[in-house]
Amino acid sequence: MSLLEISGLESFYGASQALFGVNLRVAEGEVVALMGRNGMGKTTTIGSVIGLVRPRNGAIRLSGKDVAGMQPHRIARLGVGLVPEGRRCFPNLTVHENLVAAARPGVWTLARINELFPRLEERRDQYANTLSGGEQQMLAVSRALMTNPKLLILDEATEGLAPVIRQDIWAAIRRLKAEGQSILVVDKTLSELLPVADRCFVLEKGRTVFSGRPNELTADLQDRYLGV
Amino acid sequence: MSTALLIEQILNGLQFGVMLFLMAAGLTLIFGVMGLINLAHGSLYMIGAFACAAVAAATGSFWLGLVASLAAAAAAGALVELVVIRRLYDRDHLDQVLATFALILIFSEGTRWLFGSFPLYLDIPSALSGAVQLPGGGRYPLYRLTIIGVGIAVAVGLYLLISKTRLGMRIRAGESDREMIAALGVDIRTLYTVVFALGAALAGLAGALVGALQSVQVGMGEPVLILAFVVIVIGGIGSIKGALVGAILVGLVDTLGRFLLPKLFAAFMGPAQGATAGAAIASMLIYIVMALILAFRPKGLFAANA
Repeated sequence: MSLLEISGLESFYGASQALFGVNLRVAEGEVVALMGRNGMGKTTTIGSVIGLVRPRNGAIRLSGKDVAGMQPHRIARLGVGLVPEGRRCFPNLTVHENLVAAARPGVWTLARINELFPRLEERRDQYANTLSGGEQQMLAVSRALMTNPKLLILDEATEGLAPVIRQDIWAAIRRLKAEGQSILVVDKTLSELLPVADRCFVLEKGRTVFSGRPNELTADLQDRYLGV
Repeated sequence: MSTALLIEQILNGLQFGVMLFLMAAGLTLIFGVMGLINLAHGSLYMIGAFACAAVAAATGSFWLGLVASLAAAAAAGALVELVVIRRLYDRDHLDQVLATFALILIFSEGTRWLFGSFPLYLDIPSALSGAVQLPGGGRYPLYRLTIIGVGIAVAVGLYLLISKTRLGMRIRAGESDREMIAALGVDIRTLYTVVFALGAALAGLAGALVGALQSVQVGMGEPVLILAFVVIVIGGIGSIKGALVGAILVGLVDTLGRFLLPKLFAAFMGPAQGATAGAAIASMLIYIVMALILAFRPKGLFAANA
């Protein structure tokens, strides 16, 4: 049974339809890349999974349970940890408070987070709005891990970050993968994304137009669906 | 003008201020966290006062009445949140004002129906009925000092709740990004009900405490509500610290203004005219202070860090 299985998903963004039939599958322990140009429905797909966007049609199953239309906090508690686009750390909370406010017990503890991102420990009592973009992304990843999700979802994992910091984030993702964490990741850096992914899904105009292994995503296909 | 009298007036101002704080704390939390304008907050104050007076009259114990005031106001707050307020978070402020104004009418008429139009009276509990010797020779009622103490204790308690507990972190997180905290698995709707009930309980406590100083009657909450709004605007919406500082400031400015301004004006306008002019300015004073503060700090003294 897949951890996450989306079939025939249709969602609306306000009055206009954004998704016209998204199919996607994440198996236990897999890293899955969700790709597509801007505005093709990646963030809406993620929003539908976590319940921030209410799906109109289709099914979203988490470990076999249909979660379409459930409230976000219930879906999150079933084991989804979101690292949203733009990071969205709570600016008026300290680093420590961001980490513990919504934490749920499990293998991820403060000690392990501090080991994954030692920088956060140095910034423990700083307010999140005083962090650099990279530190905020580390915080957003850690905040999601502290809820001990079965599936970690990263939307625009390294967007707008300095190259050095991107390496840190990718290193962390590789490490999480090695530990067996299931991950659904959106990012534009194919050179980093493809080597870490077990499977890729490409969206175009709200539909899944490609699914397969990273090596099946040929230069031709990349050019057709992802090139600018 | 004796020192004793001045100290007494300062204490009166403080007592008035902490009473306003109990009202304003709930109001600022509800406004800051949920973005809701709750005009019915004054009704919760009235409910606290009536619950305390009724239970104290029935049982003979002020303390049972106090517990009843907290319970009744919190229950009324939770009920109102579940039935009415919950539908208003996504609406604009005008809808909120209309709906909560309707709640004022419903609560006022409901209370009149239950208790009649005559005011109830609540006796100061015997353990707190004495007076305390002040430096300078004056005496001050122990009960009013106790109100100051309760206000300070609530302020410290709220500060610890908001800054040190997970509930407080979630409240602050919800204040800055409600969608995100829900996406992390926090049930924001229940959190809002809890915050609303907490604010209601504080308003009820204020009503019960003040009920022993003045009569308990329908409509007692609305004048206080207006001052509480002045307080949260001065203090910065959403800030508990701002509510405390704003409340003490308004309490002191209002009380001392009414005490000192007539004397000041009398000194150079003559006693009769001076007293009239002084009293007139004194009743405007907190609004003048509010306007001045907003001119220099448009978001209030302690605008929430968001």
